[in-house]
Amino acid sequence: MPKYEAIVIGVSAGGLEALTLIIPQFPKEFLIPVIIAQHMHEKEDGFLTKLLNSKSKLCVQEAYDKESIRAGCVYIAPANYHLLIEEEKTLSLSSEGRINWSRPSIDALFQSAADVYGDDLIGVLLTGANKDGSLGIKKIKENGGLTIAQDPTTAHAEVMPASAIQTVSIDHILPLQGIADLLIKLNNE
Amino acid sequence: MPKSNKSEIEKIEIDLLLEAINSRYGYDFRNYARASLKRRIINMVENAEVDHISELIEKVLYDPEFFDRFLIEMSVTVTEMFRDSEFFLALRKNIIGILKTYPFVKIWHAGCATGEEVYSMAILLHEEGFLSKVQIYATDYNFHSLETAGNGLFNLEDVLSYETNYVDSGGKKKLSDYYVAKYKSAKFYDFLKENITFTHHNLVTDGVFGEMHLIICRNVIIYFNKELQERIFSLFNDSLIRDGFLCLGAKETLEFSGIHSKFKLIMNKERIYQKESGLSYAEV
Repeated sequence: MPKYEAIVIGVSAGGLEALTLIIPQFPKEFLIPVIIAQHMHEKEDGFLTKLLNSKSKLCVQEAYDKESIRAGCVYIAPANYHLLIEEEKTLSLSSEGRINWSRPSIDALFQSAADVYGDDLIGVLLTGANKDGSLGIKKIKENGGLTIAQDPTTAHAEVMPASAIQTVSIDHILPLQGIADLLIKLNNE
Repeated sequence: MPKSNKSEIEKIEIDLLLEAINSRYGYDFRNYARASLKRRIINMVENAEVDHISELIEKVLYDPEFFDRFLIEMSVTVTEMFRDSEFFLALRKNIIGILKTYPFVKIWHAGCATGEEVYSMAILLHEEGFLSKVQIYATDYNFHSLETAGNGLFNLEDVLSYETNYVDSGGKKKLSDYYVAKYKSAKFYDFLKENITFTHHNLVTDGVFGEMHLIICRNVIIYFNKELQERIFSLFNDSLIRDGFLCLGAKETLEFSGIHSKFKLIMNKERIYQKESGLSYAEV
C-alpha cells in the first residue's frame, strides 16, 4: 500500500487543461484516492467530470454527500457546494456562503483534509487567478503532509501557485508533467 | 498516523463545547457533520477575538446573548428561490399531476430556513391551480429564520436575481407579479401563505409529522453526520404516506442509508424519491 492516504488538488483558471493532462496518466493501479476542488461556474453541469472520466482509467465522479472515499476513485466537488472531508473518511458537502468569493473553496477542502489525514496527505495547488488554497496548503504543511505547487512560470494563471509559494515553503515546485510523474512515483512507493 | 496536536486538541475542545451547549440549552449539535461545523466554530473564535475554541465554552454558558449569536452562526444557510430550477420544473411537470389525484395534500418543508423554497412552492402550486387544496408545513429549529420566513419579506436585490430561476422552472408569469417592492425589500403577497403554517421543529430531537404526501428537505442533511441522517431518513419514512414523495438536494442521496430499499429514485438528477407502496408484487 502507498504511504499516502489521499491527494487533494486545488485548481482554478486553466484547470480543465491541467487536470486533463494529469489525471488520465494515472494507471489503473493508482490506489491513492484523489479529491479535487476546481472553481467553476455555479451552473456547471458535471461537464468536467464527464470529460475526465471518459479520458481516465480511474473512476471520476462528482462527490455525493457522506460518500465513503475509496481507492481508485477521483472525486470532484460539485458546482456551488463546498467539499469537505469528515473524520470517518467520507465526503461532506456544504452550501454555506462563498469563502474568498469561491464555492467550492480550496482552503475549506485542504484544511478539513489536513485535520483528517495529517501527514498521510498530499496537497497539490495548480493554475489559478486568485489566492484560494494558500491557507489550506499551509495547514497541510503544518500537519506534516506533502505539498506540491505548479511552477508558476508554467501555469496558465500564476497567482494561485505563486501565492502558495509565498505563504509556505512548498516541498515540490514542478511543471504539470513533473507533478504527474511524482504522484505516480509516490503511489508506487 | 500521528495527527497534529492542534487538530487533536481542537477536536476535544469542540466535543466539550457541544456537550456544554446540549446540557445547558438542549440544542444538540453533537451529530452535526464535523468538518463544516468546525469551520463555523473557528469563525466564532475569530469574531469573538479569543485564542481557543475552549474559551467559547465560558461565553456560551454565561452569556445567553452570545449563545444566541452562536445559534445564528450555526444555521446560516445560503438559499434562493427556485434553486435548481430543473427540480421545480420536474415537480410542476411530473409530480403535481399525481398529487392532484388526492382530494387534499399535505407538504412538509423540513428545515425551511428563511423560506425561499416555501414561497417558490406556493407560487408553483398557485399557477397550477392547486394551492387551495394544499396545506404546507414549513419548519425550522431557528426562530429567527422562521420569523423571516413568516414575514415573506426578502432583500429586493436577491429576489430580482431569482427571476431567471423562476422562468427556467416553468414559471408562467413574472416573479415580480407576486410581490410589492418597497425601498430595498420585496414583500410577497399574503395569499401565498394562507395555507402555509410556519412552525418550530428540530429535526435532531423532534418527532414525526404525520401523513405527508410530499416532503422537501434540500441541502439540510448535508450538515449532519451519517448517524443523524439515518434518524432523519427514518423520520421522513414514518411521516410519509405510501407512494409519498421525498425530495433531497442535488447531491444528497439515500444510497448509503439503511432505508434505501424502502424508496425508489424516480427522478435521478432532480433527486425525487417515492416511498414504496409496501405491497409485494404477489399482492399487486
